[in-house]
Amino acid sequence: MRLTINGKPRTIQAHPMKRLLDAIREDCGLTGTKEGCGEGECGACTVLIDGVPVDSCLVPLAHAEGRRVTTIEGAAATRTGNALQNAFVEFGGAQCGICTPGMILAATPLKPGATLHEIQTALAGNLCRCTGYPAIFRSVEAVLKPPRRKAKRALRR
Amino acid sequence: MLANEPALMPIAGCTDVYVGLHFGTMPQQRFLDLWNLKELRGISVKDDVLRIGALTTYTEIIASKLVQKRLPMLVAAAREVGGAQIQNRGTLGGNVANASPAGDTLPVLVAANARIVLRSQAGTRTVPVEKFYTGYRQSVRKPGELITAIEIPRIDGKQWWRKVGTRRAQAISKIMMGAVRGKEVRIGIGSVAATVVLAPRTAAVLSGGGTIADAQAALRREIAPIDDIRSTGAYRAQVAANLLAEFWRKTE
Amino acid sequence: MARAVGSNVRRKDGDAKVTGAAKYIDDLSFPDMIYGATVRSTIPRGTIERVSWSLPDGYVVADHRDWPGPNYVALIDPDQPCLAVDQIQHVAEPILLVGHADKQALIDIDRRITITCKEDTPNYDPEASTTCFKQIAIDKGDIDLGFRNAEVVIEGEYRTSHQEQLYIETNGVIAVPGDGEMTVYGSLQCPYYVHKALVVLLELPPDRVRVVQTETGGGFGGKEEYPSMLACHAAILARKAGRPVKMVYDRVEDLLATTKRHPSIVRHRTGVTRAGRITAMDVDVIMDGGAYATLSAVVLSRGVIHASGPYRCDHVRIRGRAMKTHTPPNGAFRGFGAPQTQFAIEAHIDRMADQLGIDPVRFREINALRPGDTTATGQKLGRDTSALPVLREAVRRSQFRQKRKMWQGTNRGIGLSLFFHGSGFTGGGEVKLASKASLELTARGARILVASTEIGQGTRTMHAQIVADALGVPYDRIDVNEADTRYVPDSGPTVASRTCMIVGKLLERCAREMKQRLGTQTPAQYFKKHGAFTVTSEYEPPDGLVWDDQRYAGDAYGSYAWGCNVVEVEVDPVTFEVRPINVTAVAEIGKAIHPMMAIGQIEGGTAQGIGYALTEEVVMKDGRMANAQLTNYIIPTPLDAAPMDIGILEKPYKHGPFGAKGVGEMPIDGPAPAVINALRHCGFDVRSIPATPERLMSAFARSNAPRASARRAATQSRKRPG
Repeated sequence: MRLTINGKPRTIQAHPMKRLLDAIREDCGLTGTKEGCGEGECGACTVLIDGVPVDSCLVPLAHAEGRRVTTIEGAAATRTGNALQNAFVEFGGAQCGICTPGMILAATPLKPGATLHEIQTALAGNLCRCTGYPAIFRSVEAVLKPPRRKAKRALRR
Repeated sequence: MLANEPALMPIAGCTDVYVGLHFGTMPQQRFLDLWNLKELRGISVKDDVLRIGALTTYTEIIASKLVQKRLPMLVAAAREVGGAQIQNRGTLGGNVANASPAGDTLPVLVAANARIVLRSQAGTRTVPVEKFYTGYRQSVRKPGELITAIEIPRIDGKQWWRKVGTRRAQAISKIMMGAVRGKEVRIGIGSVAATVVLAPRTAAVLSGGGTIADAQAALRREIAPIDDIRSTGAYRAQVAANLLAEFWRKTE
Repeated sequence: MARAVGSNVRRKDGDAKVTGAAKYIDDLSFPDMIYGATVRSTIPRGTIERVSWSLPDGYVVADHRDWPGPNYVALIDPDQPCLAVDQIQHVAEPILLVGHADKQALIDIDRRITITCKEDTPNYDPEASTTCFKQIAIDKGDIDLGFRNAEVVIEGEYRTSHQEQLYIETNGVIAVPGDGEMTVYGSLQCPYYVHKALVVLLELPPDRVRVVQTETGGGFGGKEEYPSMLACHAAILARKAGRPVKMVYDRVEDLLATTKRHPSIVRHRTGVTRAGRITAMDVDVIMDGGAYATLSAVVLSRGVIHASGPYRCDHVRIRGRAMKTHTPPNGAFRGFGAPQTQFAIEAHIDRMADQLGIDPVRFREINALRPGDTTATGQKLGRDTSALPVLREAVRRSQFRQKRKMWQGTNRGIGLSLFFHGSGFTGGGEVKLASKASLELTARGARILVASTEIGQGTRTMHAQIVADALGVPYDRIDVNEADTRYVPDSGPTVASRTCMIVGKLLERCAREMKQRLGTQTPAQYFKKHGAFTVTSEYEPPDGLVWDDQRYAGDAYGSYAWGCNVVEVEVDPVTFEVRPINVTAVAEIGKAIHPMMAIGQIEGGTAQGIGYALTEEVVMKDGRMANAQLTNYIIPTPLDAAPMDIGILEKPYKHGPFGAKGVGEMPIDGPAPAVINALRHCGFDVRSIPATPERLMSAFARSNAPRASARRAATQSRKRPG
């Protein structure tokens, strides 16, 4: 199967029904894409196919043939991807990090000015157990909607 | 190909295939990949009938101005399928072929009086959706047939949809209802029987000017909800009645 | 130089995680590695009569005979076999291990193994069980006198079910055998727990066993003790095969076979005056431990100590027991007994307030612990006792009183919970652990050597902040070593909200000692002249901490964190779905070393608590988790997330690093009762969780008064005999 991964053309010798997730992790050695459930529930395996987020645990390798696949390793190549990566560190969107690659890729199609509901909807297929989600929303909002002033956390001595 | 090897399983978005493979519930090992068949894609209107290609994804349904205008309850249902990743891959034809009583689009198609278009080497036929299902995950689709499109005639009346799931996304429904209120009333209900249910007697009570209480009583006789790992028969029965009343209230 | 402590420095592990560079166990491979699978019992109880298999070349099979040492996973009690011999005590009990170089060859491997069993009748009811793992009694004052002083006696029974930790990365290890040695890499919280289990199992000298924690995708207690079992399995197979063995569970196996939160039944009998003062508390706690003891004794311990809630009462009797049932053993999960018992007391408090016609805030104000008060175990509380401050702050921020009035009689409700959480191991536990931390001078600064693990909560970052400030060196110059038992001392497990308060304090002491030794020199200068040196610090209990393990009395914990939750809910009258509209969480944690990460703990724990209250249900059928798929175990998605308002208060704890207490677990103690109390406010009397729509519908049908929340005017008065 010939496809482009993170801008690089690749030829993968594998069964056409092999999960794209396994092809990415095993045949290409790109381990940034994670398996959390194997049933399309958690989104940890999210990659982009021609810019569109999909669960790679549910995609046959054959369906990626001739397409442009983006994994987390390629996210930095776009300005949004890179900004999201930095924001997830800076605003607490990443704690244990296992959902983070999928979460960042799922957020990449969002446009500046997206509402909170639109962000939640774009990320609805990505489960996180560590953050409870608010920090993830703040991380994404930081990229899409830089604040006019820094939000304060109530800290008392 | 299907005619020659009827045991081939047609696949498209594969959002259910790998779940089946993963949990060992699929004996089929050979697949017929439809994904690149352009003829099975596309949304159009001809002779006042909305035609949605079997390979149309949920994302495409949501974005389609034609569907938004003519069948907004299908857009509503598509929005509640899984999450974005599933919507980008799952297809209407797949949902229909899967024949699950919890198929998210099926109550809508039933309420919309949709027709399933099947094609084989022998030719083409259409089957009304309420006659398409014969039992749990069973349909009248013959092994040599492919679903090529779903046709929905113009709907005369207000459309309504509600899915009750275990959470707000990524949820298999506990119960859901698609309904049309026009000169005639049509009601489709999912997850309350072995197949999606058209509730003609319930609809007739409402069409005929009967009370909600009478309609609810009729509904109880047209569904057979069970206890399962997601919910209980009692809950489904009660909520079905509540949904019916809500449909009637909201479409006044 | 800018202080690191108290500021949101950049996470040490952040960049690797967001770029996909961080390596979790399934990302790793070793030369010549094979894969391992576990063959498990499908019945809950019985005797194994025969095990047979016929497998072609390429497979390695191991059973209970295949290693030299004893057959148990060392933890507290030596009762849990590593592999079953002839007794089955629960569904999914491990019986055989099978290895193969091709992962695909192991799919459905259990179908190729024949195991004949004679089934026995299982017991799933902890109250009917005849095997008690642990019993604890706490007595304060004179309970009979307490009830004689009461004007009203109010009883209640409250139940909680299993909860699954649901780390997004499943359990996994790789065992690499060597000549007379074994190394295990894995997703785990406690490298030295695993180390001990392997040393016991394989009868190897401690320095021939090495455990290395890999980047871990969530733990929440689910990787506290379970990895020891998995590591033993992989090691047994690795020994037999003579090759590295990778065993990574898929989600289904992880759900079916690994530990869950202990279900509980808590009964309260409370004496109060009509003015709202609690005079007597009698609490009975039953925990369902599953089939083996694992950590039940300690879960029960924390549960009973927190069972009377953050309230003062002179006369307290608490009885607790952890019982065996024929279900997969339950274990550690964030909160560790306290979420269960504080659910009960906080639901009970609201019922009492309701029955007496007293406002729920006022009732708590009357009874909340204050500095100088004594707890149920007789511990005199210090100045950092913050029950009232967190209560008042949460009530203020959430506009609790206004909303309580405004929503009376509607389908919206607002509820409150007040709670606390002791940091560190109970009683003499920290002394027994004798934790150590080391700090090594480097050319650029220093390197932290501790067994504490980063599992998302920010360990590496927080420890580096403490060391940076105590040493007087920029945060960026502090490195954190991998949690590798070859290099790091035993700092105790990463549990019990102790990683900051206990281990952080050890590191602070190391850093101050190192600073003294450096004198006026920078690390670079000193290193150039003299080379490296290492400072090690060992745990010393604070002066005056006294605990009597026999009487279960005294100073249970060095300090407590304090919390208050307010949850607003809306119940859909059509579907009985509960939507959390707003959540307020106020926490007093001594000192927020990294405010953003502290908020992260509070938000994350609160979300888990909401799931515990509403949707997370482990459906057990015939001793087996029937909904063992991620589709069917329901945690919140981003669309379910309720807006959260977080407030942090700081009352420094003298013996914590820079005043810090623990924060990891407490946030999960409060949300469930706050949700239940909010539901109560809008007319649903539910006393067990999860409060699913199905259960709310039943409660609605029972009470027949869906929107009324009229104060029940009747009070019961009971005179005690004699």
